[in-house]
Amino acid sequence: MTDQPIDQSTVSTVSTDAATAGPARTITHPGAAVPRAFTQDELGWLPWLEPADEATLTERQWAGLVDRSRAKSDYFRLLVRDPDILRARTLTDKDVFYNAADGLPRAERELAAAATSRFNGCIFCASVHARFATHHSKRHDDVQRLLDEGIDAVQDAAWRALIDAAVALAATPSRLAPEHLEALRAAGFDGQAVSDVIHSAAFFNWANRLMLSLGEPERPIAAS
Amino acid sequence: MTDVIDRLAGVTPGGRVDALRRHRPATRDNAQASYDALFTTIDETHASASERAAVAQFVAALHDDEGAVAHYAAVTRQAGGDPLADAVADLAIAARTTGPYGEYPADAPLAGESVAGLRFAIDDADTRAALGERLDAALEHAHLLVFRPREASVAALARLADAGWSTAGIVTLSQLVSFLAFQLRVAAGLRLLTTEDAA
Repeated sequence: MTDQPIDQSTVSTVSTDAATAGPARTITHPGAAVPRAFTQDELGWLPWLEPADEATLTERQWAGLVDRSRAKSDYFRLLVRDPDILRARTLTDKDVFYNAADGLPRAERELAAAATSRFNGCIFCASVHARFATHHSKRHDDVQRLLDEGIDAVQDAAWRALIDAAVALAATPSRLAPEHLEALRAAGFDGQAVSDVIHSAAFFNWANRLMLSLGEPERPIAAS
Repeated sequence: MTDVIDRLAGVTPGGRVDALRRHRPATRDNAQASYDALFTTIDETHASASERAAVAQFVAALHDDEGAVAHYAAVTRQAGGDPLADAVADLAIAARTTGPYGEYPADAPLAGESVAGLRFAIDDADTRAALGERLDAALEHAHLLVFRPREASVAALARLADAGWSTAGIVTLSQLVSFLAFQLRVAAGLRLLTTEDAA
């Protein structure tokens, strides 16, 4: 170790400058209640590196956050240490998931995100997007089955095609094949929707890796 | 104008896949803006151009994407020289496998879903010395992120820190590998659609 890990209780007093110069200092959270199973409950997220200090954010960093409210999030204040890629990533994210006037419905975009997260093993990402999939689809039990039993759990034909495509695309190297696209079209998804499946599933291979590698989920005290 | 994803996916200007992409201009433009932020318009304080290129070339090879390997190897040759690109290509041969895999905690409900697999490390002392401590650590971390992200840990970040990576540098490196995981999958998916159109 270059430096001793910082206990969570001291994080708020650490100067941001320490992290912009020399080697990174890691942060451990010894008392955290880390969830061990997939859930639709709301979880917290604890950073393993020091987020930027909100008080000293530059204009470029504010631009990177896109929404000023994201400055309250440890995750985004950590990512804002490289503001330009955060901005482009955030604008990609918003369009892939929220520009839903046509193409793939919101619920199915969230399902693609949840299935990808389930397969990659991102408990935090899966919790958020399983909850959103339930909200938009009103199919809590089907979503919960994906979390409890996994990607092979029984689903109807449309969700089967969508989960299979997302999982095949999440493999490295990708196993997505023509039959996955045919199954999506047979289930009623049009060309734009199929492209949206590709984008929403692909995007979570980005999101999962950031969430999994820069910090860990935490079950809030009130919910445990 | 074509962009990097168009080139990686073989999208024909004016064709059906081009139209699908252009129907989502914010997605299309910001995928390219992400690439530019990581590779084109960069601040090298925390991650150099040659480090970025070498990691991207390695990640493209792990995804077994020939077009992307050619693209990023060319970036490496320009930013870091032929020996670096050749060394990364050699390393990738032994590093390729299929994922995702990794262990869940042994006493947790997901333990039954643990999948064993390669934990890549650069063993050869000459290669380690030639690449340098920072790049050794970065390539090993990239392999972790690509294939077994569920095994990511604070200890893995500490290894990067020990090799000299700053907090901002680790953020950039993490974004770069994770962005590639997105970009190469969009390209793979769109390439399938493009191939259908040609059939």
